[in-house]
Amino acid sequence: MSALPILPVLIPLGTACLGMLGHRSLRAQQTVSVAGAVALLVVAVGLVARTATGEILTMDAGGWSAPFGITFVADAFGAIMVLLAAVTGLAVVVYSVASVDLPRKRFLYYPLTHVLLAGVCGAFLTGDIFNLYVCFEILLLSSFVLLSLGSERGQLEGAIKYVTLNLISSAIFLSASGLLYGTLGTLNMAHLSVRAAEAVAEGRGHVVTVVAMLFMVSFGIKAAVFPLFFWLPASYHTPPFAVSALFAGLLTKVGVYAIVRVFTLIFVHDTGYTHTILLWVAALTMVSGVLGAAAQTEFRRVLSFHIISQIGYMILGVALLTPLAVAGTVFYIVHHIVVKANLFLVAGVAHRIRGTSDLGRAGRVGVYASAPLVAILFMIPAMSLAGVPPLSGFWAKLILIRAALDERAYVYVAVALLVGIMTLFSMTKIWAEAFWKSPEVKEGESPAKADRTPMGMLAPIAVLAGITVAIGLAAQPVFEFSVLAAGQLLNPEVYVGAALGEAFVTPAQGGVEP
Amino acid sequence: MKLLLALLVGGLFAAGIYLIVRRSIVKLIMGLILLSHGANLLIFASGGLVRAQAPLVEAGALAPETPHADPVPQALILTAIVIGFGVVAFMMVLVSRAYMAVGTDDTDEFTGTDH
Repeated sequence: MSALPILPVLIPLGTACLGMLGHRSLRAQQTVSVAGAVALLVVAVGLVARTATGEILTMDAGGWSAPFGITFVADAFGAIMVLLAAVTGLAVVVYSVASVDLPRKRFLYYPLTHVLLAGVCGAFLTGDIFNLYVCFEILLLSSFVLLSLGSERGQLEGAIKYVTLNLISSAIFLSASGLLYGTLGTLNMAHLSVRAAEAVAEGRGHVVTVVAMLFMVSFGIKAAVFPLFFWLPASYHTPPFAVSALFAGLLTKVGVYAIVRVFTLIFVHDTGYTHTILLWVAALTMVSGVLGAAAQTEFRRVLSFHIISQIGYMILGVALLTPLAVAGTVFYIVHHIVVKANLFLVAGVAHRIRGTSDLGRAGRVGVYASAPLVAILFMIPAMSLAGVPPLSGFWAKLILIRAALDERAYVYVAVALLVGIMTLFSMTKIWAEAFWKSPEVKEGESPAKADRTPMGMLAPIAVLAGITVAIGLAAQPVFEFSVLAAGQLLNPEVYVGAALGEAFVTPAQGGVEP
Repeated sequence: MKLLLALLVGGLFAAGIYLIVRRSIVKLIMGLILLSHGANLLIFASGGLVRAQAPLVEAGALAPETPHADPVPQALILTAIVIGFGVVAFMMVLVSRAYMAVGTDDTDEFTGTDH
């Protein structure tokens, strides 16, 4: 037992507390905030390095042994998610220093960001279903405040929709946890896995399936899958760009993480029912997201709809439930978080240069004409999102499509490929309207000059773009790690053995051979 | 008692959802409050209803006397109530600010950024 699995929760919480103590000095808040984000990144790298060997780290909070106390478990999947949260967190915090306005910063913008990170990391590492609910609430509450901070009309309208749908999801999650406890008598996720297998062996599988569906709806709202995604495009384009990027990178992925976790660890007894529904949901999510994007003319709304279509790919992997498919899901999440957060950050820079985010209107200056570097920095994540080789998105799609081909799910292969082409269409639309076009210049006038983009905004974008290129050029280590994570996910007895001890591993548990 | 609680939970959920789909944002809050109460009672009911005593361990004993109530659902509800309280407090402020910004409590008018 080591304290490592709980540090990614404690560091952002501590940073938030320090930030609140120093709320009078903005400089102190900024220093503490960046330092805290760097510390989180260092710990996350350590966590990934430890779990890359196949080891699963556990920590029993308060020394109460599992399944009675709350256990924190860091397996390969949880660790890589924490690393992604840390990377996104650091990029957004640095970007915020130069981009977020003063009144928001004075109203505890930085501490709220770190509380959000604490909730996200907690959700990735907790081994207790009720603790997962609490972590969801922590990240939701801070996201509510971050979304509405500033109280612009658009923000408040978006926030009402976002808050309502997420609270309904929480109520369903809470009910499902209660019913699960009533049915299986435990809350520890590893113990739930054992008890669910026992319940199915005793012929109570149908009750477990009902609870599984409640979880699917609740996490489905949070992950923004079809037909539960409407809160996302209604709210994500309203807050400051840094906040949008943080939400777009992390929040829906917490929902995807929860779906992957419970539908590989606990609810694997009736895959013919639950995972077939997930398969349908995946295809419809991909299609409806990408069609929604085609109809939009606002930069961030196009990107918001593309979050939805990309979520479909991730769900496709877990729905197929083969080792390669789940590895594809892990790889896709890694690729997606980096790329999506980056695109929203670039959208902020483009807005700053053009003076508008409306794709239908000509901006003040053409981005490509005045700041070609920014345009190129958009092109990299945009092409990666569409799946153009050699960027990370290509490999992510390749693994998933290969896995679907192995399962002879040809319809889903066709959908995935078509959605990829439609994504390319959306990205070229943004490129042509927002980056390529320059406003007409009347004769005798010199074209308007763009303001210089501060380094604090460009550096995070460049680093994230570098990461997607690096994953694309050296995909093998990331793929190997994804395969390791998928192997652990598909063999629940590994997780159970680490979290509870070998005595709990029963032959009733079915695992899929890697 | 079980049937009564089941009906109560169902009634709370139904009333909550009905209020949420109304057009008024004030009724929206009421609906969310009812929904969270319904969820809390559901946990209470699903933990098992027994006529029993508090799960306290006597001095020298290793386990509480049976039958005893299961303390876990009650702890869960306590946590959920506290979280729900915070969320509702935030929601009230949000709704009042939104009312001031939009000038109406009709959710059909909350479409300023949709087009």
